Amino acid sequence: MDDTLQSAVSAMQQRFGAQVEEAFGEVTLVIPPQHNLDAVQALRDEFQFNVLSDLTAVDYWPQDQPRFHLLGMLYSMSSSQYLHLRFPLDGSAPHLPTLEGIFPNANWYERELWDLFGIRFDGHSDMRRILMPYDWEGHPLRKDYPLGYEEPQFTFNFDEISLRKPKGQK
Amino acid sequence: MGLEPPKTGTPGLMVTTLTQAVNWARTNSMWPMLFGLACCAIEMMSAQASSYDLSRFGMELMRASPRQSDLMIVAGRVSRKMAPVVRQLYEQMPDPKWVIAMGDCASCGGIFNNYAVVQGVDEVVPVDVYVAGCPPRPEGLIHGIITLQEKVKQETLKTW
Amino acid sequence: MTEFRQVTVDELRHLVSERALKGETMLLNMGPQHPSTHGVLRLLLELDGEIVVNCIPDIGFLHTGIEKNMEAKTYQKAEVMTDRLDYLNPIGNNLVFCLALERLLVLDVPPRAQAIRVILTELTRIASHLIWVGTSALDLAAMSVFLYAMREREMVLDIFEMCSGQRMMTTFLRPGGLWRDVPVEFENAVQHFLDIILARIDDYESLLTTNPLFRDRTRGIGVINVEDCLRWGITGPVIRAAGMPFDLRKAHPYSGYEQYQFEIPTQTTGDIYGRYLVRMEEMRQSVRIVQQALDHLPYGPVRSNDRKVVPPPRSEIGTSMEALIHHFKLYTEGFAVPKGHVYATIESPRGELGCYMESDGGPKPYRVHMRTPSFANLQIMPLLTRGHYVADVVGIIGSVDIVLGDTDR
Repeated sequence: MDDTLQSAVSAMQQRFGAQVEEAFGEVTLVIPPQHNLDAVQALRDEFQFNVLSDLTAVDYWPQDQPRFHLLGMLYSMSSSQYLHLRFPLDGSAPHLPTLEGIFPNANWYERELWDLFGIRFDGHSDMRRILMPYDWEGHPLRKDYPLGYEEPQFTFNFDEISLRKPKGQK
Repeated sequence: MGLEPPKTGTPGLMVTTLTQAVNWARTNSMWPMLFGLACCAIEMMSAQASSYDLSRFGMELMRASPRQSDLMIVAGRVSRKMAPVVRQLYEQMPDPKWVIAMGDCASCGGIFNNYAVVQGVDEVVPVDVYVAGCPPRPEGLIHGIITLQEKVKQETLKTW
Repeated sequence: MTEFRQVTVDELRHLVSERALKGETMLLNMGPQHPSTHGVLRLLLELDGEIVVNCIPDIGFLHTGIEKNMEAKTYQKAEVMTDRLDYLNPIGNNLVFCLALERLLVLDVPPRAQAIRVILTELTRIASHLIWVGTSALDLAAMSVFLYAMREREMVLDIFEMCSGQRMMTTFLRPGGLWRDVPVEFENAVQHFLDIILARIDDYESLLTTNPLFRDRTRGIGVINVEDCLRWGITGPVIRAAGMPFDLRKAHPYSGYEQYQFEIPTQTTGDIYGRYLVRMEEMRQSVRIVQQALDHLPYGPVRSNDRKVVPPPRSEIGTSMEALIHHFKLYTEGFAVPKGHVYATIESPRGELGCYMESDGGPKPYRVHMRTPSFANLQIMPLLTRGHYVADVVGIIGSVDIVLGDTDR
């Protein structure tokens, strides 16, 4: 691990009790979710991680505590390093304070997470669905949401599937 | 059509039926609507461009407005959010109108068998010709257009 | 699901200014079907006469659920879906998926495969920029550039078809290297393309760069500076035109890019004209890279020999029992990837393209997330269009170079 990264990592460990994982050449910090604003603010202001590359999540259903891991990829232009953050969240009504004040581009990433995972962000300026239709119910990327697979049309279910295509025969 | 070429240079006489004349006019001057959604749109653009020219079939212009076009080439995957838009555009097109479902995603959902993609645009609009391929080559699209032209030439007075 | 829901201004109250609620400004829908939005993008423009006060992008009209669908397929089948994400850069999508997978599997890639990967990726970059220059010039009503650019692009597609059989969605790059070796005519075809393309790029520049109409429509329009780019996470030609020489091929080299010499073109103006100049120069640098890779193309195998991941050649199956067993296992169950997560990035023609892959030890990915540059770059549309005319919005969308398959995944 490089020096600037080491100093950032030790600061996070001391202040917020972060756990460090190093694998495949990447450094990941697992931080408790209540410290997400302070950690990201400190990383941006003191350690020059000035670009938020990505904000996504992983669902570990049926495990409930934690169910989601929120992932943030921060990048530092001056030292050309990535730092990965993971915030574990519980399954029932997961919510976090928004990172929009620190990095404005978190706006759409957080909307996407609300849309596809159901993770709410407190204080977000525009919490609406972004990728799915406006009145869709459910959060598709959760593991308990079905894929929506359509059966192939064979001879035994030909008529049943043709009913779903009323405009198929003109 | 019976054609008697004159030897004197004056305009000749053509004998045909009304259906043949109208169908000839309709096939050779069909205006497609610019409805490229995804990757198949790029192949549609290639078919329109210089190497595989669509203008030689009468499709010189691709009108963006549905009010001024006859043919809707649905090129690409139709997602659930886009389906009502496709339907509204189809209804805004004046008669006579035809639809070509270009590519696997428009014909049957393609490789995306999931919650977000409509499994075939024929759930939403009636389709005349399906062109297979992912994406179909420009020659494939041209074959589909020629098939549609032959289908239109079979139309009679009763079906107008 | 073909009914419409009436959306009124009330729902967008927090996004539009108070003047819209009083009726002073007009809300115009630049709808999903529009000739200049480069796909199905919906922009809600709040207009004061002809001047844009605010612009609200609405995406999701091409959402395909690729990330969820990949969780249901094995890694080999999931890679086929990556072609269709950013459909103007299919080889780049394959590359980022393979890079992530090779890091998780700790798989070696032979040097010949790396060199051919670089050649194909740079050819795809040239093809993508050719479509970009064709369609943005078409939006600004320079139609002949479109026809010329498509003519050159057909040559690149012929090269792809020669290698893999498919023009666009080739899935030619596989984990461990390439699907198979390139044919004998490949080097001659690429060399012939390189011989003529530089003169053609000069032709396009002569049509556009000193054209007073093009300059009036593009200079000083859609300006963004470096600090805003960093705050908004913008990468690619947009930040290079604003002044910062950030390119992932130099910052985090992958697939052997450190061996090739090329420059990162930058401008300082940050407007549409600057982005245009950056992309034209990038095409020339790509030609330089392909020339170097072609001159030093090594001999050797094109795919790794690790039979747990790479299927054996068909000739071995008749004689070797292990080859038959490996073939059977790979094509029925797939290969198991060790537990872990990795984030791989490449420089796509639009910016930083990343693939986050997490595996739980099985043959199917547990979570694949693609960090796509168009999703990030589209967020600055309100910032860029404020204060400009409606006619400029079209030029701005073209210069940011978004692909809706990339945005909506």
